[in-house]
Amino acid sequence: MSDVTDAAGAVVPADDADVDRARRALAAVWRIESARIIATLTRFVGDVGQAEDLAQEAMLEALRQWPVEGVPRNGGAWLTAVAKRRAIDGWRRRERLDERYAAMARDLEEEERTASGTFWDPDTIDDDVLRLVFVACHPVLSREAQIALTLRIVGGLSSEEIARAFLVPVATIQQRIVRAKKTLAAANVPFEVPEPQDYAERLGSVLSVLYLIFNEGYLPAAGDQWVRPDVSAEALRLARMVAGLMPREPEAQSLVALMEFHAARFATRVARDGTPIPLDEQDRSRWDRAQIERGRAALARADRIGRGRASYGLQAAIAECHAVAPTAEDTDWARIVVLYEALGRIAPSPVVELNRAVAVAMSTGPASALRLVDDLERSGRLAGYAGLPAVRGELLARLGRNEEARGELESAARLTGNERERAALLAKAAGLGRAVE
Amino acid sequence: MKYMLIMRDSEEAIEASKDLDFEEIIAAMGRYNESLIKAGVLLAGEGLAPVEEGFVVDFDATPPVVTDGPYAEAKELFNGFWIIGVSSKEEAIEWAKRCPLGPGTKLEVRRVNELEDFPQDNEWIQKEAQWRADAEGRLGSSS
Repeated sequence: MSDVTDAAGAVVPADDADVDRARRALAAVWRIESARIIATLTRFVGDVGQAEDLAQEAMLEALRQWPVEGVPRNGGAWLTAVAKRRAIDGWRRRERLDERYAAMARDLEEEERTASGTFWDPDTIDDDVLRLVFVACHPVLSREAQIALTLRIVGGLSSEEIARAFLVPVATIQQRIVRAKKTLAAANVPFEVPEPQDYAERLGSVLSVLYLIFNEGYLPAAGDQWVRPDVSAEALRLARMVAGLMPREPEAQSLVALMEFHAARFATRVARDGTPIPLDEQDRSRWDRAQIERGRAALARADRIGRGRASYGLQAAIAECHAVAPTAEDTDWARIVVLYEALGRIAPSPVVELNRAVAVAMSTGPASALRLVDDLERSGRLAGYAGLPAVRGELLARLGRNEEARGELESAARLTGNERERAALLAKAAGLGRAVE
Repeated sequence: MKYMLIMRDSEEAIEASKDLDFEEIIAAMGRYNESLIKAGVLLAGEGLAPVEEGFVVDFDATPPVVTDGPYAEAKELFNGFWIIGVSSKEEAIEWAKRCPLGPGTKLEVRRVNELEDFPQDNEWIQKEAQWRADAEGRLGSSS
């Protein structure tokens, strides 16, 4: 049994089961409403850090009251009202009974009395949540802080959940969030959508934060799991949310499409024994068709906006080519080559070049692909990168130049940090060796 | 996790709904759907055409017997569904409770099986972080 203090201050016994039920319900309400609550409170108090603190206090209050009084019909409105009352109490303590705060308190009471089913004004709330997204991804914050703050104040994840997602101690995440809030306050970051001249850059930052979160689930940087779908699912949810808030931004829609296509393949990317399965060996019958269709719909939405495809749009288009192909051989490799060329022009990267070479090999054969890889090698931009000799070895083997291929595969094996990959490369090299002898 | 929200109407509820303002019903449902979309949780959802247009395939007999609707024996009719992606059962409950349905209607909520429902032994787990970074670079879109 836990003791719960009711509004009048008397101690009312609450059953542990009631407490647990209330806690779970609160977590659910919070996940659904947190962005709107924080956004509303930020508008009210003018500071995202203070808004978040007030919301946390309201949550604690809910944990005291809900087990006894039951979960309110509109939990989000309840939490917002309690947080606003706390804010007003705080101002009163500091400023004495200022008439302005008294008026705000009266407004709040009026709001609560008249609040019916529609507590939120959808348009205002959409704007506020959008502002919140831009604040969380503000350039004064480090990328790590942007990620933590986005998950916390937009996604409604707890520090524990974020720590679990990124495999770092809870204290680290808490510290990042506290510091991020202080940084925002010190920089006097306004609660607003960026100016037109900064918009593209800031939007790019928001989308890349979401993409980094997605990739953390898709290709965890650390830890012992090959994929962590829950992290990616949260990133996808947030991306859908942002795309919904910015329906006229093709890159936001494209990012959703890209994530849907990648997530559709989650189930097939790894074997039971933990070995990653390359694309051409994946069981395509297990790809999530509904998810692929959602990806195609999102990409079609992006195209309908009519501003052409940028980086996420091109990556999504490449992923779509794979997603819709019945087999690896039936993939439209020629189209993928073109898409990689376009991607290489707007976002030049040696890894994109290498991927283009792989697509060229599938489309027009290993000889032309080898020329591209040789150019890359001469540029030295991928020196020490296992992928380069691995692809080169593959191409040489397909051209029948087994001796050279073996050398490349062996150097790839030396460069890779992964035992399984090393074994596979050495096995392939050994196979070539026997063929030559 | 994914949940399917299955709308079940009784004959009485359907009869009663004919007296209600259709525009109002559509608007309430539209607002609900919009809130699901805005939250990024709606994965799919459809309403079903009148039962008169449906049919049942009964496998008691060989070959199966096909009977056209309406089905006299049905007390509750499956009239539409949503599939939502949420983080907990409680979140699914919270969304389900917000659905603008009236008396005589039930929402059956079922979790959809996913990858993690299938057996996974310990070997599923891998420790090779570096390889993953390499694989991403080498395979790019092909992983």
